[in-house]
Amino acid sequence: MSAAPGVPPAASAEVVVASSGSVTATLLPPPDTPLAVVRRLASRIVTLCWVELRKIRHDRTELYTRAIQPALWLLIYGEVFTRIHAIPTPHGIPYLAYLAPGILAQSALFIAIFYGIQIIWERDAGVLTKLMVTPTPRAALISGKAFAAGVRSVVQAIAVVILAALLGVTLTDDPLKLIGAAAIVVLGSAFFSCLSMTIAGLALSRDRLMGIGQAITMPLFFSSSALYPEKIMPGWLQAISKCNPLSYEVDALRGLLIGTEAHLALDAVVLVIATILGVTASALLLPRLAR
Amino acid sequence: MTGPHETSVATARPSGGKPGRSAVVCSGLTYRFGAHTAVDHADLRIEQGETFGLLGPNGAGKTTTIRMLTTLLKPMEGGVSVLGINAADQPMRVRRMIGYVPQLLSADASLTGRENVELFARLFDVPRKSRRDRVEGALAAMGLTEPANRQVKTYSGGMIRRLELAQALVNSPRLLVLDEPTVGLDPIARTDVWEFISRLRESADMTVLMTTHYMDEADTYCDRVSLMHAGSIRATGTPGLLKAMLGDGATLDDVFRHYTGGTLDDDTAKRGIRDVRRARRTARRLG
Repeated sequence: MSAAPGVPPAASAEVVVASSGSVTATLLPPPDTPLAVVRRLASRIVTLCWVELRKIRHDRTELYTRAIQPALWLLIYGEVFTRIHAIPTPHGIPYLAYLAPGILAQSALFIAIFYGIQIIWERDAGVLTKLMVTPTPRAALISGKAFAAGVRSVVQAIAVVILAALLGVTLTDDPLKLIGAAAIVVLGSAFFSCLSMTIAGLALSRDRLMGIGQAITMPLFFSSSALYPEKIMPGWLQAISKCNPLSYEVDALRGLLIGTEAHLALDAVVLVIATILGVTASALLLPRLAR
Repeated sequence: MTGPHETSVATARPSGGKPGRSAVVCSGLTYRFGAHTAVDHADLRIEQGETFGLLGPNGAGKTTTIRMLTTLLKPMEGGVSVLGINAADQPMRVRRMIGYVPQLLSADASLTGRENVELFARLFDVPRKSRRDRVEGALAAMGLTEPANRQVKTYSGGMIRRLELAQALVNSPRLLVLDEPTVGLDPIARTDVWEFISRLRESADMTVLMTTHYMDEADTYCDRVSLMHAGSIRATGTPGLLKAMLGDGATLDDVFRHYTGGTLDDDTAKRGIRDVRRARRTARRLG
């Protein structure tokens, strides 16, 4: 019984003693060595990803409704543009195959860019305050949420991959490359969810965040290489695309899933740095939300 | 009128902590929101094992005091320590020792009761080996074993509050901080929640700090209370002593009126910006 917090209703003198024993045991704080800090960060990320998976398990509606848009992009836009050969693809691969990783990245972007709504909801409901009173550093809380968005995106990405395969796109069957692609989706979503949480920290309201999210999603999408190669973009758009993390996400996904030439190392480095910057920015703004 | 009117009372409860170290010490604690001083040089000492009530109308500075104690806000002047550890200097250590239940009902409605408690067990680094026992223990202590597998959206207000207590207890906190634990609950749920808190107090060795503006609850359940008004502590003592000083038949309400010159309901002018904002936010949430 000594492990039970608070101790069950049937109280007795021994229970008090036993409980105070376990209470003092929890008092010892873990030392703040670098290893302990990293371990705590990892533990919080695992915890918040676990929560996300539980939520997906309880309610799969969102998973299905969010599959509609990418399905339309692949089925209608993809099929039509494959047929008219309007967009030059590297090595003449079918446009649908070229498009699939772009749509995958897009559906992950859509999930992540509105992820900040959750943090505003949690703030309004008082959940955020409670989370911030646990021994969880702000950066760990944000990282946990960012990776949770990544987990949700990967689950969504699986739907897009299956859809693309059904439409006859030949995707890699190398498990390592698939894991690599999942990692890229997680990183990309982590960055865009941090962008969303940063906006949440500035906008402080769900409506404003929705508005800003709507306003930036399509520009992010169209100014990336998701739909067409950078080569055919006008110069100014190429410049923007080079600054757009989505382009790097798409480049890596294409390389891993379709086998086009990609700059995997550069893509990964850009996404990791962007994520670190994103986590930092939203962690700095977190107190604004909790105020 | 000014200055803490200390009426100390010996703490009869057994205490497992280090002797001579108070559970909470606030000294000269001050916080301002712009020009509005929410907490104005508040001094407070809560001994280990007490159930302590921080009383006052909305906007008195109770919640801001709690937020400094729980490391959410850094004091602008003065300081607060929990079991001898300064909240501003070592927030992580302080957070490990406290269980906190905020004013709003705030469990994650899309998770089950058990998942909500497990989340906090994980966030408090409860070792994997004992996690399951702790989670079940906390749920059982709050009478939530049976509905533990249900999503929280099916819970009543009283059940959510008990679930939040279970979340706070899963870490076996040394100090349990309850911000208006029964606000917004119907009378039956209020009694129910209090029954669980009282049982907890009988069985576990921990200090309970709660804020409330229900004087009757404070009178019944608190060992000692502090009356807070316009950001400062006006009087501290056992409810019995505070009442006795005013004479026969006095209620805590009378005591409050005596020290603040106002009633609990007549506080609209003194309301802090925070509370108005929160009320609006709650209103928006409720549609």
